[in-house]
Amino acid sequence: MATLQRYFFSDLGVMLGRSLRHLFRSMDTIITATITPIGLMLLFVYVFGGAIQSGTANYVNYVLPGIFLVAIASGTSYTSLRLFTDVQRGIMDRFRSMPIAPSTLLWGHVLASLVFNAISLLIIVLVALLMGFRSSAGILSWLAIVGLLALVTLTLTWIAVIPGLTARSIDGAAVFAYPLIFLPFISSAFVPTRSMPLVVRAFAEHQPMTAIVNTIRALLAGAPASQEIWIALAWCLGILLLAFFFASMAYKKRTSYATNIYQRS
Amino acid sequence: MPDIAIQVKDLHKSYRQLNVLQGVDFVVEPGRIVALLGPNGAGKTTLIKILSTLLKPDSGTALVNGFDVVTQAAQVRHSISLTGQFAAVDELLTGRENLIMIAQLRHLKQPRQVADELLARFGLTEAANRRVSAYSGGMRRRLDLAMSLVGTPPIIFLDEPTTGLDPEGRLEVWKVVKELAQGGRTIFLTTQYLDEAEQLADRIAILHQGKIIASGTLQELKKLFPPARVEYVEKQPTLEEIFLAIIGQKEAC
Repeated sequence: MATLQRYFFSDLGVMLGRSLRHLFRSMDTIITATITPIGLMLLFVYVFGGAIQSGTANYVNYVLPGIFLVAIASGTSYTSLRLFTDVQRGIMDRFRSMPIAPSTLLWGHVLASLVFNAISLLIIVLVALLMGFRSSAGILSWLAIVGLLALVTLTLTWIAVIPGLTARSIDGAAVFAYPLIFLPFISSAFVPTRSMPLVVRAFAEHQPMTAIVNTIRALLAGAPASQEIWIALAWCLGILLLAFFFASMAYKKRTSYATNIYQRS
Repeated sequence: MPDIAIQVKDLHKSYRQLNVLQGVDFVVEPGRIVALLGPNGAGKTTLIKILSTLLKPDSGTALVNGFDVVTQAAQVRHSISLTGQFAAVDELLTGRENLIMIAQLRHLKQPRQVADELLARFGLTEAANRRVSAYSGGMRRRLDLAMSLVGTPPIIFLDEPTTGLDPEGRLEVWKVVKELAQGGRTIFLTTQYLDEAEQLADRIAILHQGKIIASGTLQELKKLFPPARVEYVEKQPTLEEIFLAIIGQKEAC
């Protein structure tokens, strides 16, 4: 086992290299992952924006954090698809029958997802700049924003690993993302929560997306992050641990059956 | 190298209600090509997955290259390679990249050189820099087998190596498997085709209802059946023979 430890980082490097090649050879997936959030941003800013009383002069600034979350949620679904393909094509079995650390099989995909989402968020920021997004945030605030977005991506990617391993069809592997994409809409991301009916408002104000959105919005505005950053971090870390736990369970379960997907259907 | 390449004793495995393996015993000597013959659902894949450490047996023992598949899985993985039922190649990578990746994961010193040698040996040099998604079924299988040879493991498992291939691809794979065996490697393959077992293997084991019901050389197995009678039957060419004759593959006849 000592040799497995010794080679952990070199194995992880090979796995990450493989996933990054996949990513750069299917740039269309980045376009697909950014086109919906960008479309939403255009829709909210130029169609709905005039009617929304956000209380800010620059509505692009207001919606951008929510657009980030929608983009990450749809971007992580590619991790599910790629993992599902690995299991289905038998590549997973080939790797597992080799003397390599098993956790690198999942971590390679997860780290590649961070790169994927970083690119897609960068594209969105560029489009937002064209639409009038301006920020007075300093370097430390930007670092905090990048860190928080990386943590959110990590969390959502580990959630995405679960359907990637457990789904029985390629469609099943992708549908998990829809509720996650929808979640920012019932938060403070696009309209202030005070305009919502009581029950919806109670939900919106106590779900993780609101804490994350408010934190990023404050940081972008150059304001000091309120205590909401701690709520956002607690949500992310808590869900990350849970998702990691269930993903590990799913990996064990997936790998304890001889029948693969072809045979089962 | 131990005297026995694979040793299986009283192996049991069931999924919920389904008893797949019900006391499998056999021994494989080093350097042999052994075919495990059985119908679909006989438990061939389950057995291969246990021997390649992908699945744990319910009871019984299995030693591969002298190592226990449950308690010494890491050593077993160093000794084997597995080629599954569906060519397990990375479609978005090129043939060369696939081989280099496996060589790196086996921690070889010169992954590129290893990859180029195998590409040449399997007739894939020309297609080396093309993505695998553009390969034919036979080429994929050849690449798949080449990936199994990276790092020269002494024991190779092939799970239904010709399933899903056209007749030409099947002959191609047969040729490669025969070559693989020349290096003194042990090859353990499963198949549902009698002619494939006859063509490739020097020993055949028949798995039926969870047990090995017969094993031995082809000659030994033939003795189990009634002596041959001489009959005169007009032999029509099979569609396969016609097909191969038309496309000019004379070696099939």
